[in-house]
Amino acid sequence: MVAIIDYNAGNLKSVQKAFDYIGKKAICTRDYHDILNADRVVLPGVGSFEYAINELRKYELDKAIYEVCEKNIPFLGVCLGLQLLFERSMESPDVKGLSLLEGEIVRFPDDNNLKVPHIGWNSLELHNDGRLFRGIDDGAFVYFVHSYYLRARNEEIVTASCDYGVNVHASIEKDNIFACQFHPEKSSTIGLKILENFTEI
Amino acid sequence: MHTKRIIPCLDVKDGRVVKGINFVDLKDAGDPVSVAKAYDEAGADEVVFLDITASSDNRDTVVDMVRAVAANVFIPFTVGGGIRTVEDFKLLLREGADKISINSSAIDNPNLISEAASQFGSQCVVVAIDAKRRDDGGWNIYKHGGRIDCGIDAVNWAIEAEKRGAGEILLTSMDCDGTKAGYDIKLTKAISDAVSIPVIASGGAGLKEHFYDALTIGGAEAALAASLFHYKELEISELKEYLRDRDVPVRL
Repeated sequence: MVAIIDYNAGNLKSVQKAFDYIGKKAICTRDYHDILNADRVVLPGVGSFEYAINELRKYELDKAIYEVCEKNIPFLGVCLGLQLLFERSMESPDVKGLSLLEGEIVRFPDDNNLKVPHIGWNSLELHNDGRLFRGIDDGAFVYFVHSYYLRARNEEIVTASCDYGVNVHASIEKDNIFACQFHPEKSSTIGLKILENFTEI
Repeated sequence: MHTKRIIPCLDVKDGRVVKGINFVDLKDAGDPVSVAKAYDEAGADEVVFLDITASSDNRDTVVDMVRAVAANVFIPFTVGGGIRTVEDFKLLLREGADKISINSSAIDNPNLISEAASQFGSQCVVVAIDAKRRDDGGWNIYKHGGRIDCGIDAVNWAIEAEKRGAGEILLTSMDCDGTKAGYDIKLTKAISDAVSIPVIASGGAGLKEHFYDALTIGGAEAALAASLFHYKELEISELKEYLRDRDVPVRL
């Protein structure tokens, strides 16, 4: 069973429905035991970095996430759920991220003539043989919506990137931790394949 | 490669798609799930559902529709029409809508833009603007389905919407809507140049060239059309191939 961490983020149900659709039972929960007993854990999220971090801490979900990672349960962060795993974000300079991975979340530069937020379908360049992307071709399109993007300290964890005026680290993998800046649950058949790959890890 | 988006817009009344969708292979052309699924398969990048039910006591049907669409269709979709409060946003987003489009309610209460953006993020707040040309060459915004001239300049309103946290502008030219003579490129460009958030061009699409113009000269990030797609006057795949051949990046 997949536990989707419920901290009042907006897109919980979309993620749950995508798992349901591919035949993998998923529940939205903030119960510590449900989360630690799941065989997969997902951290979704849209909205602001600071609000999300505060909500996670309020329900002590940060602790549950650290334990999930310690126990090596496959863990997937989606969109803001990716950003929260890193050390800090320019969106909320005063709060600390979960710091499970090294790197920071930065704002798209204003001067590159591209619209912000980055909204829409962008093609992926795949790297480092990421397990989420098995059976998916280089250049596959996925759906993005974000104003801030990841700069991972260590490029070896980056399994997909895309170009939006700057090089965006679009997906990472380190041990049992996976994350996507894009929305697999909104990326049609490619996205469902990515979620399926996650359930098969 | 970041791509420009092609978006079919579906009018919905009492939870049913209206305006005679003409997909030949569709058993139930009024079913929002079937229609959205067919559009996903046809290559649409997103879908917009515009609730045109006159009364506001049908909130439940809209919520039911959103729930059903989100369970079966895995491309982004926007819901608009009759959304007035942050509570409405919450209800629809929670059931799986990706974006909420507001028009009259944003004009009546601009705080709704800021409140929704701060609570749910700018990415889900689409401000829809109905604009009509003035004699002096500028455009005014209209509300209540284009019935009331608000006496507000469209470019200024777009800037204000962005400042308040809108993530996108859905821009409809009332002069061009329904004419099939092309989008209002001047209007699209004026708004697109004035804001740094994406602009979706709407109203007037009749030919493939119109999309090309809106997405290039007009500076739009996305182009929306309704009947053109519903009646199969233009296939999305054919349109996208046309755009690709002219160096407009699209998802194919």
